[in-house]
Amino acid sequence: MSEPSRTLPLNKRGLNFETLMWLFTRLSALAMYLFLLVAVIGALLMGARTQMNLADVLRWGFTPNVTHVQSTNVPDLAPWATPFWKVTACLFFFTALTHGLHGVLSVLDDYFAQRSLRVLFRVIITILVPVLSVIGIYVIWTS
Amino acid sequence: MTLKRNIGVIEGLRYQGGGPQIAWLLHRLSGLGMVLFVGLHVLASFIGGDAGGLINQIYESWWFQIVVVFCALFHGINGLRITILDLWPQLLEHQREAIWAEWFVFLPIFGLAVLVIVRTALGG
Repeated sequence: MSEPSRTLPLNKRGLNFETLMWLFTRLSALAMYLFLLVAVIGALLMGARTQMNLADVLRWGFTPNVTHVQSTNVPDLAPWATPFWKVTACLFFFTALTHGLHGVLSVLDDYFAQRSLRVLFRVIITILVPVLSVIGIYVIWTS
Repeated sequence: MTLKRNIGVIEGLRYQGGGPQIAWLLHRLSGLGMVLFVGLHVLASFIGGDAGGLINQIYESWWFQIVVVFCALFHGINGLRITILDLWPQLLEHQREAIWAEWFVFLPIFGLAVLVIVRTALGG
């Protein structure tokens, strides 16, 4: 069975789960921009302007985890390993993970229309979200 | 009954959608790429040892960094374009101009990052 396609008039469109996830994808993108901005400004405040190159700053920006500055010229890693940065990195990672796995589901939905397969993909993604979250947060917190 | 399609993947790619289609395709590929990179990177760091070290060593190689920077930058900038146009739908009229603007933002940052990565790789 395939999902029947629906075309509803605007006034009959409610906020169903898929609409909320559509909105979540956009809002989580903005949230990730905010995390990136916080991380890059933080890096500049901590002296990245003279101790890191652009590629290093981008690497730190896309998840402010202390292991991402280990190979740079930063002399003291302690300010980069504070709980503030760990929490920011975990939030960034969780946002990216949910945004990304939901994106995978959207791509799969474009190519597989069978209802049973779509349910299977949803089960797999729903299991992957908590499992990878725990692994990722563990890695960030213990690094 | 499955979805009836008259168009295969190859024919779909030949669809002459221009800039918006290229952006759509690259957004999709870079998104899938990042899920794969980030997922493997986190798992490799979790496993550690020789296998994990090997994967993270590949990640630190200069050519791989260029791929990752491309995915992250393009997905981010194109995603910002999608977000802005979707949340303010009256701007959708200017979507082609928005895609041009997007490349004007993307290319200098990406070029600079590639330059830095290659120069660092060459020992500069």
